[in-house]
Amino acid sequence: MDAKTPILQPDAAIRGGAHEARRHDSAHKHVRGDAPYIDDMIEPAGTLHGWLGLSAHAHAKIVSMDLDAVRAAPGVRLVLTGEDVPGVNDISPTGRHDEPVLATGEALYHGQPLFAVIGETREAARRAAQLAKISYEVLPHVSDVVAAMEAGYPMVTEPLTLRRGDAAAGLAKAQHRLKGEMRVGGQDHFYLESHIAMAIPGEDDEVTVWSSTQHPSEVQHMVSHALGVASNAVTVNVRRMGGGFGGKETQGNQFAAIAAIAAKKLNRAVKIRPDRDDDMIITGKRHDFHIAYDVGYDDDGRIHAVDATFAARCGFSSDLSGPVTDRALFHADNCYFYEDVRLVSKPMMTNTVSNTAFRGFGGPQGVVGAERIIEEIAYKLGRDPLEIRKANFYAGPGRDVTPYHQRVEDNIIARVVEDLEASSDYQVRREEILEFNEMSPVIRRGISLTPVKFGISFTATWYNQAGALVHVYQDGSIHLNHGGTEMGQGLNTKVAQVLAAEFQVDFDSIRITATTTGKVPNTSATAASSGTDLNAMAAADAARQIKERLVAFAAEQYRVSPDAVRFEANHVHIGDLSLPFAGFIKQAYMGRVQLSAAGFYKTPKIHWDRASGTGRPFYYYAYGAAVSEVSVDTLTGEYQVDRVDVLHDVGRSLNPAIDIGQVEGAFVQGMGWLTTEELWWDDKGRLRTHAPSTYKIPLASDRPRIFNVKLADWAENREPTIRRSKAVGEPPFMLPISVLEAISMAVASIDDYRQCPRLDAPATPERVLMAVERLKDSAGAA
Amino acid sequence: MSKHVRTSIRFLLNGAPVELSGFAPDLTLLDWLRLERRLTGSKEGCAEGDCGACTVLVGRLIDGMLGYESVNSCIRLMGSLDGTHVATIEHLDRPDGGLSPVQQAMVDHHGSQCGFCTPGIVASLHGLWLADPEPEMADIERTLQGNLCRCTGYEPIVKAAQAAAMTVPDRENDRLVAAHDEIVRQLRQFADDTRVEISHPRGMTYVPADADDLARLYADHPTGTIVAGSTDVGLWVTKQMRDIAPVIHIGGLEGLQMIEVSDDAVTLGAGVSYSAARSSMTAAFPQMAALWDRIGGEQVRNMGTVGGNIANGSPIGDTPPPLIALGASVTLRQGDTRRVVALEDFYITYGKQDRQPGEFVESVTIPKPAEDAFFAVYKISKRRDEDISALCGAFHVTLDAAGAVETARIAFGGMAGTPKRASRTEAALVGQPWSWSCIQAARAALAEDYQPLTDWRASAEYRMIAAQNLLIRFFLETSGAPAQLVRNPEMMEA
Repeated sequence: MDAKTPILQPDAAIRGGAHEARRHDSAHKHVRGDAPYIDDMIEPAGTLHGWLGLSAHAHAKIVSMDLDAVRAAPGVRLVLTGEDVPGVNDISPTGRHDEPVLATGEALYHGQPLFAVIGETREAARRAAQLAKISYEVLPHVSDVVAAMEAGYPMVTEPLTLRRGDAAAGLAKAQHRLKGEMRVGGQDHFYLESHIAMAIPGEDDEVTVWSSTQHPSEVQHMVSHALGVASNAVTVNVRRMGGGFGGKETQGNQFAAIAAIAAKKLNRAVKIRPDRDDDMIITGKRHDFHIAYDVGYDDDGRIHAVDATFAARCGFSSDLSGPVTDRALFHADNCYFYEDVRLVSKPMMTNTVSNTAFRGFGGPQGVVGAERIIEEIAYKLGRDPLEIRKANFYAGPGRDVTPYHQRVEDNIIARVVEDLEASSDYQVRREEILEFNEMSPVIRRGISLTPVKFGISFTATWYNQAGALVHVYQDGSIHLNHGGTEMGQGLNTKVAQVLAAEFQVDFDSIRITATTTGKVPNTSATAASSGTDLNAMAAADAARQIKERLVAFAAEQYRVSPDAVRFEANHVHIGDLSLPFAGFIKQAYMGRVQLSAAGFYKTPKIHWDRASGTGRPFYYYAYGAAVSEVSVDTLTGEYQVDRVDVLHDVGRSLNPAIDIGQVEGAFVQGMGWLTTEELWWDDKGRLRTHAPSTYKIPLASDRPRIFNVKLADWAENREPTIRRSKAVGEPPFMLPISVLEAISMAVASIDDYRQCPRLDAPATPERVLMAVERLKDSAGAA
Repeated sequence: MSKHVRTSIRFLLNGAPVELSGFAPDLTLLDWLRLERRLTGSKEGCAEGDCGACTVLVGRLIDGMLGYESVNSCIRLMGSLDGTHVATIEHLDRPDGGLSPVQQAMVDHHGSQCGFCTPGIVASLHGLWLADPEPEMADIERTLQGNLCRCTGYEPIVKAAQAAAMTVPDRENDRLVAAHDEIVRQLRQFADDTRVEISHPRGMTYVPADADDLARLYADHPTGTIVAGSTDVGLWVTKQMRDIAPVIHIGGLEGLQMIEVSDDAVTLGAGVSYSAARSSMTAAFPQMAALWDRIGGEQVRNMGTVGGNIANGSPIGDTPPPLIALGASVTLRQGDTRRVVALEDFYITYGKQDRQPGEFVESVTIPKPAEDAFFAVYKISKRRDEDISALCGAFHVTLDAAGAVETARIAFGGMAGTPKRASRTEAALVGQPWSWSCIQAARAALAEDYQPLTDWRASAEYRMIAAQNLLIRFFLETSGAPAQLVRNPEMMEA
């Protein structure tokens, strides 16, 4: 093992070093209910509370807003409209000026915030908000993506085309050709903690905002923009979120901006926390997609040409729909090489809430399209879809270039699939299931193995940077701050483990502190699975700077070569001398060594030219695969997931417990997206599934009855990432596509596996039964 | 007349008694905990009793025995807490400040990620830990039905529940176990058989002294809102800010807690919760066992009542279809006058029941099916557990000696504006041999019985096809062919 090879095992000499399966840093507080979230914080004296007044129509001209009764209601201190925004009435995260803080003149979706009430209590504000008299001139609206295309609605941002080779020619000359469509539903994040912001006014034009956000820097920019003040007047803090999943990447801006405006106007602290219903109505979700594909393939199931269009319901504004639909295209190949390919995005405007980031960021919709194509070919050829998958995996030179012209250099999917196929006993179980289905009239079973390849890096290349601030105090205790945010994913734990390993001190000597724009500036969203990759590198950089100074000090002080200074087991070894870390730090302080450093990291190698659709947008790929087995009741469409086996690649895990938690959690969340989570708009464009009574995320009793999750312990990142680990947040979200396809197989049994059931997502019991009925009809007709 | 009137409620909050007066009739326990007492461990995730982040344990005396139940504090109204012990997450650690077995297991098994659902999950699992030292997987899953977690995928939480059960020998070190006798003593002291009247500018809260007092109160205040478990009324408050005053709480009335099991029927008082009725109901009607555990989540079943499920008249309530199929009747009381109405006749049309001003549901009587009768109930929902029915069908058929259908009572929820019998379907069956062809005829008749709606739970088309297919499931099962999925088959054998 050369010196650059990372360690395989956790550091035995310290407690809580890198690669240790350590508990979440706040776990002991979570279980006692004393980990404070923003709504739990002690409020400054005189804190006021906000409530938002929402549009009653999906698309309407606002003729007039009579808010007198609202202002006169008991306990009301202020009513804000878009006219009262002192700076710019816009919080568009990409600068397109298409998303007002509070809408004026026209409402573009049902539930769009039109005014804000600030009251002595949240209840007073809420009751007052009901008293508004708003007159609308109702305009035609479009909720659905296909309807938007048919109605000639505009796109919210520029579409993207990826092409390599000649798709039309490839299709024309292919042995076989098939066309199809698929609808993929959206998804609400359903973080358990709804959005919240508390703004505390400061002197001059200053304001401090506590925001449940994945992107404090953006909240800072949006608040300063809306207030019309410089960024340096605004400080944004967040210690932890009660879940984010992408739903708090941009969606917190509105609440923070309104709270800050009100706080400055009234010189009182102002807190805004929408209830669950308003949160689900006001904030964006995963994009629903309509996918149309045209595929050329041969007798062996090998794909030669793909021409596909990915149209997305983006909602009324662009938000992050550009990069989300871009990422759908980046993942429309999943693990498969397409010889001739054209992929087109259509980010469609609709009169619905503006959709946003959600774990996978469009990638899952791309992958689900790729897997549908595989399924179609398999049923056409009468083969196990797994055979078709293997026939199309990226491989060596000539079959290793993506539709965006990045070479897949770190491909391990064949080995992942081979290992999982064996460990899950896939072939034997599939045979058993085929036999079972022949004998079982009502209950049918299905099994599916699906792979994932997921590109890691923000495709907005400049986002791939991070900062950290590390202080070592005189007693040897360490203060850690970085630009990432904690939403439950264990980022702080992992970064602190890395820092513990760098300094060779116990985890408990490191204090994790709230993310704040005042300590680490110009941060990127904690998103794109990049939190640890970026911030742990920045923290390690800060540690190295401090250590270099310490080594130089020790070498000089004790007259040894710098090589003779080592950090080990809570000690500093200087030649033959061994000093406790804390004691040595005290000496360093007395020796006037700077014990604080700002670390920085930027991801190397990446570049992307959107205009030509070429580059290397991803630093590396993460891989994984899952086998899911389900049972389906063909009388009702009900189903259950009987067993799931997962093998997932996180490189060399920084914390196997946290990584397995991410894989399991992503799996069940992704399963919800593809099964029971259904967003339902009525004909007036109103979202009617806006609370857990109507929007059904998985329960404990929905998780796979047998759930075997393993990390590929042989894997390591080819690139020199932080200790050769890989990102884990998003990639496993796509593993439960195997659940969708297993259900699909059970349905396909109705017609003896002769046709692809074309099961759309979410595969609710209703969609499953309707697919069963379709296949029964054609089986009867045959 | 009750002799005394009290103007405050009395209960235990964690380790100390609380006397509270002058609160609003719609004040929820969660708001009071978080805003008044600054006990912020319990979280608001949904304010509708579906996510469980606000879960606390409420202890009450039933037949003199102290039992703790998980409840949703977000929809629990303060007035209902008179005479109870409210134990929040702040009280579920060890007396020495250490972690409880449930908390320690949650930490050890990585059962929290973002941590926001965690206090509620700990509270639910603590309730299980107190009640059941050896929970099966199905018990753990049932306990967690009312707790949503968006981060973990639940696997580590289930493992933590299993691990916590292993630490039984340490039980005496639990705050609730250690203080048991003292808590019982204090709760007994609270029970003084007086009426509670709480006044507030937004209206009155009443807790009647007993069932007779309730009858008088409701006769005096016929526009009042009777609240048993508040699993429905709680949402009128949190979701619609409806004016519900005056509120009359009946959840704690002993006179409405009656469970009578005779050879041929079960009678439930209107205040009996689903959980309290569970063992009697599933023993008398084993065919309803699966349904019973799919009504709401555990917290909702601990609060909600069959009486409330009937009285609110919802077209999608889970219990009316099987109860109608079994020929249940409700006893309505107004002052001292009682009358008995067949449940199917109680529902007049959507939102309207056969209930006079001042009249309330006192009890429901459910006849047992004949031993050789076929009876089954099937609930279809988007998510199996803790979901509202897309449709719910109940089938009750008897055959004559020749194997022909003698009687048929079939009722559906979710298919019409009220829970409703399928009279044409029944007619198509009666007199016919119990056979595949008679089922086919019945399926066709079903389309004449109902014109279901399309909504977010299901389309009209799905509701009809699934309802028709449930007839097939029923027929297959009566022929001994299992035709539905079972989540935990090992429990079915036990």
